[in-house]
Amino acid sequence: MRYLPLRDGDRTAMLATIGAADIDALFADVPVEARLSGPIAGLPGHAAEMAVERHMVRLAAKNLSAGAAPFFLGAGAYRHHIPASVDHLIQRGEFLTSYTPYQPEIAQGTLQVLFEFQTQVARLLGTDVANASMYDGSTACWEAIAMAGRITRRSRVVISSGLHPHYVETAKTMARFTGDDLLVETPELVAETDDNALIAQLDAQTSAVVVQYPDVMGRIPDLARIAAAAQANGALLIAVVTEPVALGVIESPGTLGADIVVGEGQAIGVGLQFGGPYLGLFGCRDKFVRQMPGRLCGETVDASGRRGFVLTLSTREQHIRREKATSNICTNSGLCALAFSIHMTLLGGTGLERMARESHARTCETARMLTAIPGVELINRAYVNEIAVRLPRDARTVVRELADRQVLGGVSLGRLYPGNAALANGLLVAATELTTAEDIAAFDAALREVLA
Amino acid sequence: MNAMNPAGWRPELGRGDDDASATPTFTGNRALQLEEPLLFEIGAMDRTGVDFAAETAAPLDALTSHLRASPIAVPGLSEPEAVRHYTRLSRQNYAIDLGLFPLGSCTMKHNPRLDEKLARLPGFADVHPLAPQQTVPGALEAISELAHWLIELTGMHGVAMTPKAGAHGELCGLLCIRAALEARGDPRSVVLVPESAHGTNPATAAFAGYKVESIPATAAGRVDSAALEARLGPDVAAVMITNPNTCGLFEPEMKRIADAVHAAGGFVYCDGANFNAIVGKVRPGDLGVDAMHINLHKTFSTPHGGGGPGSGPVVLSEALSPFGPLPFVSRMPDGSIHLIEEEDAASHGHSQAFGRMAAFHGQMGMFTRALTYILSHGADGLRQVAEDAVLNANYVLRSLEDVLDAPFAASGPCMHEALFSDAGFGGGLSTLDLAKGLIDEGYHPMTVYFPLVVHGAMLVEPTETESKASLDQFIGAVRSLAVRAKSGDETLKNAPYFAPRRRLDETLAARKPRLVWTP
Repeated sequence: MRYLPLRDGDRTAMLATIGAADIDALFADVPVEARLSGPIAGLPGHAAEMAVERHMVRLAAKNLSAGAAPFFLGAGAYRHHIPASVDHLIQRGEFLTSYTPYQPEIAQGTLQVLFEFQTQVARLLGTDVANASMYDGSTACWEAIAMAGRITRRSRVVISSGLHPHYVETAKTMARFTGDDLLVETPELVAETDDNALIAQLDAQTSAVVVQYPDVMGRIPDLARIAAAAQANGALLIAVVTEPVALGVIESPGTLGADIVVGEGQAIGVGLQFGGPYLGLFGCRDKFVRQMPGRLCGETVDASGRRGFVLTLSTREQHIRREKATSNICTNSGLCALAFSIHMTLLGGTGLERMARESHARTCETARMLTAIPGVELINRAYVNEIAVRLPRDARTVVRELADRQVLGGVSLGRLYPGNAALANGLLVAATELTTAEDIAAFDAALREVLA
Repeated sequence: MNAMNPAGWRPELGRGDDDASATPTFTGNRALQLEEPLLFEIGAMDRTGVDFAAETAAPLDALTSHLRASPIAVPGLSEPEAVRHYTRLSRQNYAIDLGLFPLGSCTMKHNPRLDEKLARLPGFADVHPLAPQQTVPGALEAISELAHWLIELTGMHGVAMTPKAGAHGELCGLLCIRAALEARGDPRSVVLVPESAHGTNPATAAFAGYKVESIPATAAGRVDSAALEARLGPDVAAVMITNPNTCGLFEPEMKRIADAVHAAGGFVYCDGANFNAIVGKVRPGDLGVDAMHINLHKTFSTPHGGGGPGSGPVVLSEALSPFGPLPFVSRMPDGSIHLIEEEDAASHGHSQAFGRMAAFHGQMGMFTRALTYILSHGADGLRQVAEDAVLNANYVLRSLEDVLDAPFAASGPCMHEALFSDAGFGGGLSTLDLAKGLIDEGYHPMTVYFPLVVHGAMLVEPTETESKASLDQFIGAVRSLAVRAKSGDETLKNAPYFAPRRRLDETLAARKPRLVWTP
């Protein structure tokens, strides 16, 4: 057992020091009837590194990875290029195998990274401050709703039809237990969300209006107008970003008046990973900082007067506040935040804009290809790198038939909204700087065949 | 006194930061200890470390009025500058790769690189969560295989894989309990949490909408089971017990407590953060547990990454399994494995699922690492993990109890962590001073001031991946500090002397929060 350094001789010597007859004596508090006498039946014994590797490689090989096929999936998780140095640097043992920086004198590396990350995120989202990351975008969204409730002391939440349905489901799960009253607009496969209808729902009981930007169908809502309406009603605007790369070309939500901006940071530096771990982004106005969930890193000085960093304002957190804590968060996505931050550092603002423009260009080409196919209709008026199209038949079947042809052609709205027949023919299609002309041509050929 | 270094560096000899004979360097560096400015001080707005292919003209008419007014004010670094920036920063961190990391309750053990290598296989790492199911059978099989191990090792009925961290798992478990109680038309309002439980437990119970009541600990550091049983009644939804508990002790009356809770119509939630002490030795399901989260990073060695990400699957009893969240992975009678989402939950007998905890299906990247680790150890190796973790902790306990107060040393063997306190320190010295002194000895301090039931607590968890030699060196370092602390050695009050930073002003940071860089 290669991970266990003790030899039998060590064990004997240590038991002698302890004064125990054998190892079982150390488990004396465990009632005898609860103790297992040998290894659990049905589970195999330890395996050599080469055997484990063989097994896992075999499992992985059964999957069609995104890089092995023309790939057009988005819907809250995006495939962008990640420079090799990102993965190399996050695998440095001092980052990979360190813990939460509870002892700041010997954790300045992690702490400075978090401080830089918070600054990058605040500037990206257009907010005054940002925290050191959340579990993912969907849990950050729900925590933002809870935070708005604490600030406004209201519990009625208006949720735009453009919010990712998994985010809506997550919020519903939590609302069931917190008593928040969620008003969810019904999604429709049309060119723009109905901002007027959304605004009409706001009233004096509304704590927050939640709007995704760009929304789940790639449409870009008029955040400034919704922000003004929210403010007029004393409600907060929570903007949700699931594709942070889009902010390379469109205005930041904070700049447009959002009070809290949450997001999924996966697209920058983290990778698809079949759904996790991902990276929740969370920014807000300065005046709300003590109501913000999650870890925060702050600048301070050491006893010699040198600049240093510490975790701060943790008096809001679970381990100190117990039942009075402000959130369910007791960790952050530290390593994912590091990956995001390194990727952002390599890109810089200009590189991020370039990546967004490249992604947009590929999406425009994909949109042109799709609309040239008889029966396929583009619904978006405005978009960055994701669009929704209406197909002549159920998109769930089309996606499966495309996959039979080794083309990963998008996410069907039927899978995301199983109860909504009106959306069944809808298909979400995303492209990034990784999408090639050959990918688009292969998608074109396969889709024409499937729809023929 | 300090066998490993009999000459023993003493701060009063003036070889630390305060050495008057040392000339400050021009750069601020101290040999291999390099100062690194903030990225905002060295980056440039027009610099980037990424080359794109030849530019293609992107028509921006689909963006119309939404275009940014000005570029994002995030500076960039070229690739060599970025590699140097982050490499320099990494050297300011302590990590398990550098040495023993005795954080009790946090479980810092060796992180095998095989886990990292295999998690990065494109078939796992480069797969979209909403990829058509027919294209991801291997990923679903990996989840199913891990789920099977978790169920077998805990003796439970089902497992919810989606929670993203331990506290998220606690919430998941309590939501299952709440859903089950509501389903039988018996909503209850109170959750009992012993004093010795993790601080996240009461927070989670309150979040799930429950009134939290505390149950005292006995003088021996265990749940006062008489007080607990006396409080049971028709309003108690659940009891949350950490076992082994945060004093490092097993709760021997767990089964009796569970039977009493069940008889009163409630459920037993077990905080499984300390499962590594009993994995392969005891199955929580046999003790009457209804729900328990498993921190994959603790028992199954996925790396902590400077604070996360975590992963908190929740194993469930037969009574709670139908209420677990969506999505979940299910093995069909024909052996195929399917991901059950909203659209087919009802047709798979899962219509009582309480909903979704988060987007997508959980921490797949952590699942592959944990599965790799489990397969490497196997059932026999995991049993050895628990035995060696407990052996190492008891070795530390018995090797230090003559120089450090060990409040529960008389309670019998500890499990995987040894608890000490600062009782008997002289000169106004406290746990914090010993901890900071340990930094100068080249160690990350143990967990301090936790658990709360012990004044000045020091919780040491060596884990099973430490050799006897590394434990002996650590014990020598702590012994020397204990002797200094008891003698009231004032120099400890200013430790650390040799770390990249001296003690940091945490009060200033909280009073005037500076959370983002400004020029």
